Amino acid sequence: MNWLLDLTPDEWNAVRLSIKVATVAMLFSLPPGILIALVLARGKFWGKTLLNGLVHLPLILPPVVTGYLLLLTFGKRGPAGAFLAEHFGIVFSFRWTGAALACGVMGFPLMVRAIRLSIEAVDRRMEAAAGTLGANPLWVFITITLPLILPGLIAGSILAFAKAMGEFGATITFVSNIPNETQTLPSAIYTFTQVPGGDDGALRLTLISIVISMAALVASEVLARRVGRRMDIE
Amino acid sequence: MTLLVDIGHRFGDFEIEASFESAGRLTALFGPSGSGKSTLINLIAGLIRPEKGRIAIDGRVLVDTQSDVFVPMHKRRIGMVFQDARLFPHMSVAGNLRYGRWFTPASERYADIDAVVELLGIGHLLDRRPAKLSGGEKQRVAIGRALLASPKLLLMDEPLASLDEARKAEILPYIERLRDETKIPIVYVSHSVAEVARLASDVVVLSQGKVAAAGPTGAIMQRLDLLPAEERGEGGAVLDTRVLRHDESFGMTVLGSPAGEIRVPRLARPAGTPVRLRIRARDVMIATEEPVGLSALNILAGTITAVRPGVGPTVEIAIDCNGAIVLARITEQSKHTLRLALGRRVFAVIKTVSFDSATTGPGLPAEADG
Repeated sequence: MNWLLDLTPDEWNAVRLSIKVATVAMLFSLPPGILIALVLARGKFWGKTLLNGLVHLPLILPPVVTGYLLLLTFGKRGPAGAFLAEHFGIVFSFRWTGAALACGVMGFPLMVRAIRLSIEAVDRRMEAAAGTLGANPLWVFITITLPLILPGLIAGSILAFAKAMGEFGATITFVSNIPNETQTLPSAIYTFTQVPGGDDGALRLTLISIVISMAALVASEVLARRVGRRMDIE
Repeated sequence: MTLLVDIGHRFGDFEIEASFESAGRLTALFGPSGSGKSTLINLIAGLIRPEKGRIAIDGRVLVDTQSDVFVPMHKRRIGMVFQDARLFPHMSVAGNLRYGRWFTPASERYADIDAVVELLGIGHLLDRRPAKLSGGEKQRVAIGRALLASPKLLLMDEPLASLDEARKAEILPYIERLRDETKIPIVYVSHSVAEVARLASDVVVLSQGKVAAAGPTGAIMQRLDLLPAEERGEGGAVLDTRVLRHDESFGMTVLGSPAGEIRVPRLARPAGTPVRLRIRARDVMIATEEPVGLSALNILAGTITAVRPGVGPTVEIAIDCNGAIVLARITEQSKHTLRLALGRRVFAVIKTVSFDSATTGPGLPAEADG
C-alpha cells in the first residue's frame, strides 16, 4: 500500500494538475454546453446540422488533429490566441490553461449530448404552466427548465471531467508535456513508459487514475439518484 | 368583467371561427371533444397566437391581429388550471403555491395564502411533493397555485375530466366555493352536462370550431339539440330554487321554485340557501289530468310551449310551469295517444328519487344575476 502513496513530487504535481485541469475544463464548458444543447434541442434554424456536426467534430477527429487545430488558432501566433493574449492577457500555449482548453474541447461533445437529451425530455407543458403564472421565458428557464435537467447537467459534467482526466493526444500536441505546467496524468504515465525503470511509476499513476475516475463516476451516480428521488416524475 | 373573444385560427385541418362576449361569473365553454373549446381557452391564456382576431378583458386588449397587439402569457395575469394539474415536480406543494405570487407585483396581490389554503382544504399537504398526492389533491393544489398569482380571470380546462366520479364529487364543492366566495370571473371548459348545469352562470356552446349558441345556463340547457349525443340523457331543465324547509320525518328537503314546491332527498343546506336543480328530461312524465294514487311526489302544473323531435322515437316537450320551463322526453307514441300539442294544459310528474347529488348543487347567489 505504501508504495502506492509514496509519490515523488513530480508525480504529485501530475495528479494535482490533472484534477485542476479537468475541473476547470468542466466548469468552463458548462455554460456554453447548456447554451449549445438548448439551441440544438429547441432551435429551428438553417445550419443546425452544421452546428451539430461542428460540436461533434472532436469526437471523430484524431485527437492529434484537434490539438494541432488548437495550436493554429489559440497558439501564440494564432488569430484567437494573439487576440486573447493582447486584450485580456490570457495565454494558452504551453500553459496549464491550454491543457484545460484542449480537455474542454475534447469533452464538449459528450457534455452537449447528455444535456441535450435531458432538455428534450423536459415536459414543455410545465414551462407553459409557469408562463401562465407570470414567469417570463428567462425565469421559466431558471426556475423550471434548469432544475428539471439537473440530472443531465450532472451526467454531462462528469462525462466531461472523466474525458479531461484521460485526455492525451490533443493536450500533448497543443501544449506539449512540461512537468509542473502541462504534464497531466496521461502524459506523466506516457513519460514513465518511455524511460528504463519507469514501470513502477507508470503503474502507480495508472492506479490513481483509475481511483479518481471511479470516484467521479460513483459521485455522479449518488448525485443523480438524490436528485431523481427529490422529484419523482408524476 | 366582460370577456370579448372574436378570433379565427387554423390548426392543421381544424378551423376555429368563434366570437362571443361574456360577463358571467362562471362562463362554461361547452362542447364535445374536438369542438375547439380547449384551443379557445389556450388562445385566451396566450399559449397560442391566433391568425386573426381580437381578445379583450374589460377593454384591455390582449390580442388584436389588426394592430399587431399580442400580450405574452406571462403578462396577461390570467390563471390557468390544466386538466393534468401540471404541478412542478421539483417543488413542494407550498413551493408550487408560492410560485405565481412571486411574479405578481405587490400592489396587485389580492390572494391570501392562508385563505386559499383554507378554501381548498390543502393545509395538510403543504410539505408534500406533488408525486405523493392523489389526483383530486393535485387538482386542488393546481387551483390554489393559479389563484395565488392573483389573476384577473381564471381559466379551467376540463379540470375534472381525468378524475373518477368520487374525485369529481370531492372537487366540485371547492369550485362552487371558488365561484361564490371569490370575485374572480371563471371560464370553465367542459364536455359534461352535469358539470356545466351545476357550475355555470353562462354557457357558450361550441360545435366544430363555431359558436352554436350562447346565453344564460337555464336558457341554453333547454336546447337539448345542442347537447352531444352521448350526453343527451343528462340534459334537462335547470332551475334556480331555494330551500324552503326540511321534512325530517321522511328525510326530504322541500325546494321553492316558481313552478311550485319540489321535494328532493335531504340536502345538507340550511333553509333560505339557493339550490341549482337539474331535472333530467328523461325523468319527467306527463299527465293530462292531475294524477291521483301515484307514488311520485312532484306534480307541477303547466302549459306546453314547445314540441321538438328528439332522437329516435322520442319527442322533447317544454312545459311552462308558472314561468319555469320544465323539459320532458317522452315517446312519439305517448305524444300521439295523449294528443299533446302546443298550448295544452298538462302536469309534469317527477319522482323525488330521480334527484341525486349530481343534479342538486348549491345555487349561485342572487347578485350573480346582475
